[in-house]
Amino acid sequence: MVTIEFLGPIQKAPLTMEAASLRDVAEALKNDEEMGQWIESCAVALNDTLVASLDTPLKEGDRISLLPPVCGG
Amino acid sequence: MLELYDGALNVPEILTRWYAQEASNNYGAYIPFVGTVREEDGIEGLSFDVYEPILTSWFEAWVAKTSPSGATLKMAHSRGDVLVHESSYIAAVFSPKRRVALETIERFVEDFKASAPIWKYDLKDGKRVYARDRSTPIAGAGILGGIS
Repeated sequence: MVTIEFLGPIQKAPLTMEAASLRDVAEALKNDEEMGQWIESCAVALNDTLVASLDTPLKEGDRISLLPPVCGG
Repeated sequence: MLELYDGALNVPEILTRWYAQEASNNYGAYIPFVGTVREEDGIEGLSFDVYEPILTSWFEAWVAKTSPSGATLKMAHSRGDVLVHESSYIAAVFSPKRRVALETIERFVEDFKASAPIWKYDLKDGKRVYARDRSTPIAGAGILGGIS
């Protein structure tokens, strides 16, 4: 199982799911209506490191974070 | 050095303390940037969410990148509410020579705006509203939308 957490303004509780890669996570979120407005603009971190490929492999206990557009300062 | 505070920053205290920390380290330049909340569009203030683990690694990467030039970076940011005319952000560069400090502060602050995992909200009419139209997707965003 991996955990998916939604940071900042995405008001969504964490999810847990079986996933072998980020592609599986993308498939799972594709039909999630709550995520429709966010999915195209979120960066993705695996265990607090930003990742760039859907083929990033996942293992048991991994934590995936979705980071919506930022504006510090 | 990365410092996070609940609420507004005590700017004089932070700038003075940082100056004292580095005063004997033979730096020729100290350039602080202070971000202050402006009165605009009827807001009462701004509010911030900070994701500390990735902010820390982003900051540490900048420290590693700038240390060969002899520069030292410091940064402070607020969590939660910061009212109009209060300050939420300080970045500072110390370096032996001014040119490094001037160039580094610009690159650092611009990358901060584009990359640091901090989310801004307007405080208006008692509500906390995500400043979506002023926010920037982090480089590489959107990969989860890349399936058909």
